[in-house]
Amino acid sequence: MLDLANYNSVGAALRDALTHWPDEICLIEADRDHERSRLTYQQFGEAAEAVAAALEESGFAAGDRAAIIMTNQPKWLISAYAVFFAGGVLVPLDYKLTPAEHLHLLAHSQAQILFVEYPLWRAITQAPTFHEHKLKKVIVTEAPPNADLAGGVRWETFRGARAAEFRTRALTDTACIVYSSGTGGHPRGCVLTHDNYLEQCASVSPVFPFWPGARYLSIIPTNHAIDFMGGFLMPFTGGGTVVHLRTLRPEFIREAFTKYKITYMAVVPLILKNLQRGLRERFDALPPLKRKMLDAMIGVNRALTRSKPRPGLSRALLKDIHKAFGCGLQALLVGGAFTEPGTIEFFHDIGIPIYNGYGCTEACTAITLNDLQPFRPDTVGKPVRGMEIRIVEPDADGIGEVAARSKTVMSGYLDDPEMTAETLMNGWLMTGDLGRVDATGHLQLFGRKKNMIVTAEGKNIYPEDIENNFEGIAVKEFCVFAANYIWPQHTMTGEQLVLVIHPEPGQRVNDTLVKDLCRRNSQLLNYKRVSGYIDWGQDFPRNAAMKIRRVILAGQIGKQLERGAMVSL
Amino acid sequence: MKTIEQTTDEILNLAATHFKFPRAELQPNDDFYKKLGIDSLQALELLTRLENHFNVELPDYEVQGVSDFHTLATRIQARL
Repeated sequence: MLDLANYNSVGAALRDALTHWPDEICLIEADRDHERSRLTYQQFGEAAEAVAAALEESGFAAGDRAAIIMTNQPKWLISAYAVFFAGGVLVPLDYKLTPAEHLHLLAHSQAQILFVEYPLWRAITQAPTFHEHKLKKVIVTEAPPNADLAGGVRWETFRGARAAEFRTRALTDTACIVYSSGTGGHPRGCVLTHDNYLEQCASVSPVFPFWPGARYLSIIPTNHAIDFMGGFLMPFTGGGTVVHLRTLRPEFIREAFTKYKITYMAVVPLILKNLQRGLRERFDALPPLKRKMLDAMIGVNRALTRSKPRPGLSRALLKDIHKAFGCGLQALLVGGAFTEPGTIEFFHDIGIPIYNGYGCTEACTAITLNDLQPFRPDTVGKPVRGMEIRIVEPDADGIGEVAARSKTVMSGYLDDPEMTAETLMNGWLMTGDLGRVDATGHLQLFGRKKNMIVTAEGKNIYPEDIENNFEGIAVKEFCVFAANYIWPQHTMTGEQLVLVIHPEPGQRVNDTLVKDLCRRNSQLLNYKRVSGYIDWGQDFPRNAAMKIRRVILAGQIGKQLERGAMVSL
Repeated sequence: MKTIEQTTDEILNLAATHFKFPRAELQPNDDFYKKLGIDSLQALELLTRLENHFNVELPDYEVQGVSDFHTLATRIQARL
């Protein structure tokens, strides 16, 4: 692996990687059962530098911003490196957002350039707000021959005539602006520097080392901090290979393990649960005697791998299972949301280590990581190298808000000094998560202090952003909270949203209102729906600017009402 | 050649069977995530089932952002 202490920017480190392993394969693009392309580090560099040259020729200057909206594929990484090469700031956006959300974040980030896949671009151009934000240049990939690109240019033609000039950046310059939640109301763009990324990459790489021949299967969207690190910076600075699978269908993911002998894969808990379900069904279908033998071998493996993972031994004991995973799998990384200990235990017992950790975009990915020595499914591990954590105002059980400090912590939220001041206090990142550090230095999580919920797919939902959908309901005032924020519970699962309504004086909650609430609720995606409402007959506390003082209101409700007062919708 | 109405109708039938949902309650403009209460992985299951039925291949990126039966039908129809 490259010594990242020698570099001042992500672009400089990547540039060295390309010359360090010119003939090694850095990218494999696969689609279902066929392979589309392979690129060596040298070929990757040539492709990206042609794009960087075109960027520079189009007037793109150092510090300018370029966004990417693409599914996981080689052109994502080629575009990203081209932006870094030209000294730009990358704005990776989640391709799963709606066109209106994409436009909102493009405007908020002030991106001038956009790299986008044609089907996503087509949807964006049809959005009512399309003409409100002018982009300087849009580069469209995967466009069919006669497609109308609405002013965009084809990826294939976006090549510079001259050689690109590498633009040096400083450690403290912004490398990326990453949005930690997607929904419209309150964009939270984390400003992350080159130093943040280089430090994070250097601190996590010793746990998941890459080498020429090590392969990472990339399925978590690359805009997500986990895949950006595990599926780009870490493998590239170690000479490894990233395998992009152009489909997320479970049957092809399973095939990819064996076909490409995958070394690492990062997943969100939802995918992990799906893999677990598939394996369980196969185990249950075994004849009774074979099942008994399998259970016995799993028992032996469990006993022998408690103190540390022993991949070779597990492969020998549970050959058939490991064959299905390609026999080269070193670890699955799980993140983005809380993973149930039972799921982690299931995989550990069959000899597939799950390195569960804890982190957030604001800390440039990982804060803690479980090194599995010994196996502890009940914790999210110890702080990664260079990371300090402390528990703020712990209660009698030692549980309080987790604060983190490291060179990986963001410099702030883009154009939002108020939220930055709430989140970064004297150099500490206030995570909003409740935790406790045990005697061995492991962090255990117990819920959220922030008014926020996280879905099993790793999506952050801010209740404030759900309120738009209830705008205009026949009440005096209303707001949405995460139920665990009002009634703290020491649990990481079963998070719910609750709508607090304050009817007009003399008004009562009637069938018409409830029907309206149900109708509006059903318009939301299922994971964004509120579970119930609270009839709160008092004025909401507000500040001078008439903004609801949510902390105070949540405290008042929590004191006066029980969780059972919530009426289901 | 099937009409778009026929294609949509067949999609609704398959979705109802696959997720054991009353067919009569499904409409072409319904959001299948919301109506069927499914997650993204279950939606991919449905796509695989539809591909087998219509004998077409639908790249994931082509149906990215599609959430209603009618739009899904137009994407399939274009490949028949």
